[in-house]
Amino acid sequence: MGFGPYFLLASLEGLVTAAVLTLTALGLSLVFGVMRVVNVAHGEFFMLGAVLAWAISTAFAGHPSIGFAAALLVSPLVVGGVALLAERLVLRRLNYDPEATIVATIGLLYIVQQLALTFYGPDARPVQAPFNIRVTLPWFGYSGYKLAVIAAAIVLVIATWLVLTRTKVGLVMRATQYDRETAQAFGIPVDRVYAGVFALGAMLAAIAAVLVVPIQQAHYLMGRDPLLLSFIVVIIGGLGSLRGTVVAAVLIGLSDGIISVFFSPTLAKMLATLLVALVLVFRPQGLFGAATR
Amino acid sequence: MAAVSVKAAVPLIETRGLTRDFGGLRAVNSVDFWLDGGEIRAIIGPNGAGKTTFVSLVCGRILPSSGAIRFDGRDITRLPAHKRVLAGIAYTFQITSIFPRLSVYDNVALSVQRRLLKSGRVHGAELDRGVRDVLGRVGLADRAATLAGNLAYGHQRLVEVAMGLALDPRLLILDEPTQGLSDGEIETFVGLVREIAKEATILLIEHNMHVVMELADRITVMNFGSVLAEGAPEEIRANEEVQRAYLGTGADG
Amino acid sequence: MMPGAGSRRAVALHLAVIAVLFALNFILPEYHRGIFSRVMVLAVFAMGYNILFGYTGLLSLGHAMFFAAGLYGAGLPLYHLGWGVPESFVVGLACGVVLSAAVGVLALRTTGVAFMIVTMMFSQVFYLATLYFTTYTRGEEGLVLPQAARRVELGGVALDLTNPASRYMIALAMFSIVLLATLALVRAPFGRTLVAIRENEERMRMLGYDVFRAKLSAVILSGLFCAASGAAYALLFGYVGSGFASIQYSILPLLWVLLGGAATTLGPLIGTLFMFYVIDITSAYTSAYLLLVGVALILLILFFPRGLLGSIRERWLPWLP
Repeated sequence: MGFGPYFLLASLEGLVTAAVLTLTALGLSLVFGVMRVVNVAHGEFFMLGAVLAWAISTAFAGHPSIGFAAALLVSPLVVGGVALLAERLVLRRLNYDPEATIVATIGLLYIVQQLALTFYGPDARPVQAPFNIRVTLPWFGYSGYKLAVIAAAIVLVIATWLVLTRTKVGLVMRATQYDRETAQAFGIPVDRVYAGVFALGAMLAAIAAVLVVPIQQAHYLMGRDPLLLSFIVVIIGGLGSLRGTVVAAVLIGLSDGIISVFFSPTLAKMLATLLVALVLVFRPQGLFGAATR
Repeated sequence: MAAVSVKAAVPLIETRGLTRDFGGLRAVNSVDFWLDGGEIRAIIGPNGAGKTTFVSLVCGRILPSSGAIRFDGRDITRLPAHKRVLAGIAYTFQITSIFPRLSVYDNVALSVQRRLLKSGRVHGAELDRGVRDVLGRVGLADRAATLAGNLAYGHQRLVEVAMGLALDPRLLILDEPTQGLSDGEIETFVGLVREIAKEATILLIEHNMHVVMELADRITVMNFGSVLAEGAPEEIRANEEVQRAYLGTGADG
Repeated sequence: MMPGAGSRRAVALHLAVIAVLFALNFILPEYHRGIFSRVMVLAVFAMGYNILFGYTGLLSLGHAMFFAAGLYGAGLPLYHLGWGVPESFVVGLACGVVLSAAVGVLALRTTGVAFMIVTMMFSQVFYLATLYFTTYTRGEEGLVLPQAARRVELGGVALDLTNPASRYMIALAMFSIVLLATLALVRAPFGRTLVAIRENEERMRMLGYDVFRAKLSAVILSGLFCAASGAAYALLFGYVGSGFASIQYSILPLLWVLLGGAATTLGPLIGTLFMFYVIDITSAYTSAYLLLVGVALILLILFFPRGLLGSIRERWLPWLP
């Protein structure tokens, strides 16, 4: 293969990474944007979604698409339920204090991870893709499922954006994000908005995880990288800015795919992390965020 | 060149064209200001006139967009706030800013400690003497062990002033010190400021016209970020422009 | 702090704790003496963390890098260059100071949540670096420092760091120095300055304190203590590996300090000791010790944010430093 096809392949792989990352980071960004808290357990919601997808899809006999469809439906709901529970039992009692919330969600991270290890085990297990089509490109064939993942992510991002900008639910969320006290004074049930947003954020991560398991196997430690990458995306995109999050996720997803083809992944991760830390130090509003607030 | 200055002394504070923008809003607009040592100067003006922003520029809590500030002849325009405090500018906050979880004693001790650190080591006995002295002057000697956050509001204002006082400043900036105090407390406070004025120059933002007329040697009136008028209390009282802008709205309360 | 009788009581208490630890060397069975040696070394890590988190009010999620800086700073020269124990230890300390100064200058431009994330990311970079330079560090597998190299000649007396008794005494010596230094610090003007910055930073600036410099000093001192702990850990227990630089080792000191009581001098020791034995005892029944860490973190932050000593100080012993 020449450089051109090689680059195209890397870009396609990058787009798949970007698609999954966009959904995951969107969840984290939404939670941070509206609630002003950082959910360190976000990666574990992702992992939980993937592990549940395996459990659900293997419970169904017959064509893999049946099991996958069930997983796509049930897994995010269960993860959302877990998140809701955590929000009610822990975060609300902490009054969403940013620092206490981080400590508590670190605790949640350990609990979910350890429970997954205990009940699911240390093995990585595959989930069959719902369909197995190869799209023929001039130089090589490419998995139709991966292209479908990209399409699904685009649809979901647009849907999220529409919900946020065009519906009453979105208006309530934006009002709460803008000013919690005032929103409360205007009769918005801030409490329920927070619960909903936290669950929604976790569900986005779970959907991303279900989409990814046919490509990448489910494993109890698989939440680490998405967490770190989501952090990076949210920071580069500007804390709480949805448009910035999407732009940054696509950029990072693409560059992660491309960089890791040419460099050692460890070096790539190291440089990316350092770069992002420096962005947070010198441009806390992100590379694409508004200048001031 | 032997140019003879009309004013013999260097002013304690002098600002030239001092300006500060917040986004599109010009909070302080090209203020030329002159304050001699030993004065009690009051700054008055309607809400949003830029008074707090102006004194914040003087004490360095915020930096100006343009213009210059001199303190005792020295250019301090770009000097960070903590160095201005060491140079002798003390600021007491409009919204009480104390250490609520520390005792009254410790609140003042932090201030005394800063003054002592300037000249080297901090000795326990000297620190103690300094704290007791200041607490005595503001009348909080019997409250030394109380947590500052548990004090009544009026007493918290006194802690705030005590911290400024303990720095032994050359210029003490008081930002609406009597806000929220009872009449009795205000009388005590006026006496305290007179006492402090023997050693320090005082720049006072105040809404209570009774306090202003009682204390101020001169008054600066600000409106829309600019200086509207300046003069002795009687002149300000007689100034029609000021009355229209400010006094005419019945500000005597 | 108001002058009073509390100060003499506090000094007596700290000396008593050191004396008890000294006596335990002769009383404890071998297994528990080993645990205590480890706990004392790691309590220094927790005390270093406490300087920043407890007293200065800066919550870092990246202190593993300072511990690991000491660990690798001491371990690598000893392993690869054949340096002696004292020189290696000093290199470990120096690495901690340099790293914490550099990280401090950058990270202190941020506050709150951003500070937590920035420190975590710098620490992650350090961790990835220990994996990347695997030729020298052997990554996760790590290096076992040769037993023969872990000896010191001090004034004609040969100390074998692999001997449990000398290991215990060296750990105790370092622990005591750091404990008394912490006690002196919190009673000194600098300690009061840090606490006041934690309580009201803007007010401190307007009292004429150089807040940035004070916070940077706190980061460096914290980094020095943590590096001392890491260096001692490498030299006393003979193992240097990437695991010590992972995020988990940034969370553990936070847990120990929270448990024992933030901004108390003895809290870090108590928290470390307590957690070690909880894990030791439960490991007989389950291998899921991370579950325990997770539950402990959530319960502490929900119901017990002041920790053991913090609560005792609040209720009964207000003079506790």
